Amino acid sequence: MTYIPISPKERDAMLATIGVQSLDELFDDVPAKHRFPKLDLPPALTEMEALDELSGLAQANENVRSDLISFLGAGMYNHYIPSVVDHILRRGEFYTAYTPYQPEISQGTLQAIFEYQSLMCALTGMEVSNASHYDGATAAAEAVNMAFAQFRGKRRKVVVAPTVHPQYRAVIRTYTQGMDLQLAGDDQFPITDYQPSDLPSLVDDNTCLVIVQYPDFFGRVYDYTKLVEAAHAKGALVCIVANPTALALFKTPASMGADIVVGDGQPLGIPMWYGGPSVGFFTTRKQYVHKMAGRLVGETVDSKGQRSYVLTLTAREQHIKRERATSNICTNQGLIALGTAVYLSLLGKKGLRQVAELCYQKAHYAAAQLSKIEGMGLCFSEPFFHEFALCVNRPVEEVNAHLLEHGILGGYDLGQDYPALKDHMLIAVTEMNTKEDIDTLVEVLSEVSHD
Amino acid sequence: MIDVSTSLNASAPDQTKVKIVEPTIFELSSSGRVGVTMPASDVPETALPPEHLLRPDLPLPELAEVDVVRHYMHLSSFNYSVDTGFYPLGSCTMKYNPKINEDTCRLPGFLYTHPLQPIETVQGNLALMYQLQEWLKEISGFAGVTLQPAAGAHGEFTGVLIMRAYHKSRGDHKRVKMLIPDSAHGTNPASSGMMGLQVVQIPSDSRGNVDLKALEAACDDTVVGMMLTNPNTLGLFDENIEKVIELVHGCGGLMYGDGANLNALLGIVRPGDLGFDVMHFNLHKTFAVPHGGGGPGSGPVGVAAHLVDFLPEPLVGIIEEGEDDLPPLYGFVKPAKTIGRMKAFHGHFGGGLVRAFTYIAMHGPDGLKDIAQYAVLNANYLQARLRSTYRIPYDRTCMHEFVAEGRFEGSDVRALDIAKRLMDYNFHPPTNYFPLIVHEALMIEPTETENKDTLDAFADALIKIAEEAKTQPELVKSAPHTTKFGRMDEVKAARELVLCCWLPENFSDQ
Repeated sequence: MTYIPISPKERDAMLATIGVQSLDELFDDVPAKHRFPKLDLPPALTEMEALDELSGLAQANENVRSDLISFLGAGMYNHYIPSVVDHILRRGEFYTAYTPYQPEISQGTLQAIFEYQSLMCALTGMEVSNASHYDGATAAAEAVNMAFAQFRGKRRKVVVAPTVHPQYRAVIRTYTQGMDLQLAGDDQFPITDYQPSDLPSLVDDNTCLVIVQYPDFFGRVYDYTKLVEAAHAKGALVCIVANPTALALFKTPASMGADIVVGDGQPLGIPMWYGGPSVGFFTTRKQYVHKMAGRLVGETVDSKGQRSYVLTLTAREQHIKRERATSNICTNQGLIALGTAVYLSLLGKKGLRQVAELCYQKAHYAAAQLSKIEGMGLCFSEPFFHEFALCVNRPVEEVNAHLLEHGILGGYDLGQDYPALKDHMLIAVTEMNTKEDIDTLVEVLSEVSHD
Repeated sequence: MIDVSTSLNASAPDQTKVKIVEPTIFELSSSGRVGVTMPASDVPETALPPEHLLRPDLPLPELAEVDVVRHYMHLSSFNYSVDTGFYPLGSCTMKYNPKINEDTCRLPGFLYTHPLQPIETVQGNLALMYQLQEWLKEISGFAGVTLQPAAGAHGEFTGVLIMRAYHKSRGDHKRVKMLIPDSAHGTNPASSGMMGLQVVQIPSDSRGNVDLKALEAACDDTVVGMMLTNPNTLGLFDENIEKVIELVHGCGGLMYGDGANLNALLGIVRPGDLGFDVMHFNLHKTFAVPHGGGGPGSGPVGVAAHLVDFLPEPLVGIIEEGEDDLPPLYGFVKPAKTIGRMKAFHGHFGGGLVRAFTYIAMHGPDGLKDIAQYAVLNANYLQARLRSTYRIPYDRTCMHEFVAEGRFEGSDVRALDIAKRLMDYNFHPPTNYFPLIVHEALMIEPTETENKDTLDAFADALIKIAEEAKTQPELVKSAPHTTKFGRMDEVKAARELVLCCWLPENFSDQ
């Protein structure tokens, strides 16, 4: 009973106050034949033993800080996290608090989330941000819910670019399976020739939403302005799934006319943590604020005339609207949202731009060097940010196995999701990769090409 | 509706009218300050893309490291938290979060692994996930568990998708109704609503159980299933639970268990043994994953044998059996009739799964039973101490929580006032106005990690407030008085809808 602060004597006094003889007596309502099962679990460990066991498991992994040089991205990125971020996240006042339903004693969380909302608006150029979703993929699925609700279910088609992250597209398919919704765009185009200008041919009067990614899954940067205009001409909304680091360098989705901008906040100071938790940001235009899911923090004053913050427009949410709510979201990613706010506050306008430029410079150096290797080459010629598709002309699995022997975590195997891109890997380069790392990658890949 | 021509940004604060306790991060900004210096580029320069693809400015704040630290430390001091006091929030299980979990989840091998690494390089992560799946199966009596859902509501949605897929796979297409008791959390009907299901509300009987007659009348061949929290939100274990499940199964429906209140059942009874078909766990309630001021949570889902094939993909499985000294090779497997993927990657690994694993490992079977027993002891003790002062509408042995009425004859003091007044006594208020079936509800869940002194002090405060409600009602109705912030103008917040910080003049081109 490691964390139970009640002595046997106190327990007995409490049982007497209740008027029962034993703890077991409190469970008489539980059917006797199933009561007190014997659980087949290992015996309890002490803290010292638990730390030892968990350290053993952690060390059984090869991590990208001390064991491997990583060129793997595809939706989760290895960025530097300033020390301050975790120091703030380890404050018990933040991480052991509940959702701020009692604003008088939750102003810390509320102001931090209000600032997070503001920072996300600054980054995307949009007018309103909610307090977060689970991750980028579920935020994109919630964009579908919102657009569907906006047209009261009268438009039943969503066009998703084939260059949206494959797992995001999979989550959208899962979320919408009860909605009698047509998903188009997934596999209508040969992926090697696909251009965003192909998408408007699928947008019709029945389309509620068009979803594209920025930079796209292959790292390419497009100006989606014309696509947005074409979608708007049919009355559809447009959602852009954006990488937040890229937004420090490239024009904002808002300036292209996007109605909804979502994405995963992990690159903003959150460890990869084998995939989560991260945070899904969700921003939109002010006219859609009542249709947006999730919690929202707004500014107000308290009875002492002090500027303060509360959860607002709660009438949209499940605990009030129940089955008529457009989303069931309740718990979101409060602490992770706080982490991104601390990161953005620290890096600020210069620092984040510098990170973005470092990613851009290093990725372009890597691309230039790799494309010189005989038999290898870049798959696309459009401008890109910090990821690019490289043709390696042999099974990626084989190439990556060889890289791993040299302590290098190679790129994502694009053939898994796009059969036409078999023998292509998606390489990600961030500020964490030194020139020496990149030169090592080039050297080892050159060996592969000569094998 | 708001006037869409107005901005959602705050305007410059007029300090003659409004007092600023802590400036926003934007107001603290000063052009030219630097919080982090990144290394210079070590590669030959490449020209940036054409101007029309670039953004002209980046309106983020500029602060030094110390400015940022002080700002967030100031904010942290405005929060009430489990680390600073008693947090008896009903149905939220605000137990103490052991510090060792904060260390284990931050081991470099966990923090710095990428979700798409080859499985051979992440056997530690996969072994942990596999073991946690097995432990959760054993604790709940289910045949399969997915760790992917990100929170309780996400787990519910997963469960409802599985129930729907099960009926569909049997060619049973006419099931469109979900039965939900009137005491249910709002997420239950919302999760069903997301699937386009029709929600049928089932009333509670006078002892707080599901009304069997009403349930029987609602059970027919159009029922997908029933979503039941047990113990329910009154903190009561349904005395007819086996009959309830029998009725739902009898009409071909499936039984969904909302695991929000699982803390009361650890080592006491396994929902799978009772006949539940699906249940979500809230690792952030039952297994001490901290609530983080509103997440991240973690909401794994367990299912009985007939639903294992419908679980989301991927699950962690053994790809190659181990031998003698050789451990097995863990990897990902795809259930045969999977509903698909619920989120990107593998769930809340670092924040949820590692902490919960540590917690379960440190408790073992006896420790888990202690958790439930002492959680129930603490709740019954508080109920016994408060019974003569506050009306308990469903007064019987409770499980981990109970619901009292926050109103007194001849007084206009309400539950909300009592909640706010508790803050003056340095307690976090209980959940109020939920469940909806109790007038002026005060829903109290002490958890097992509070000592008798704390419980006594809390009971004393509530008894004192009941007296104040009679003798000095205005004092209670205008509470809190001793907190840094007073009651908020929530109407103003919703009407004026200021959702973004005020950006100081010329902020973007400073």
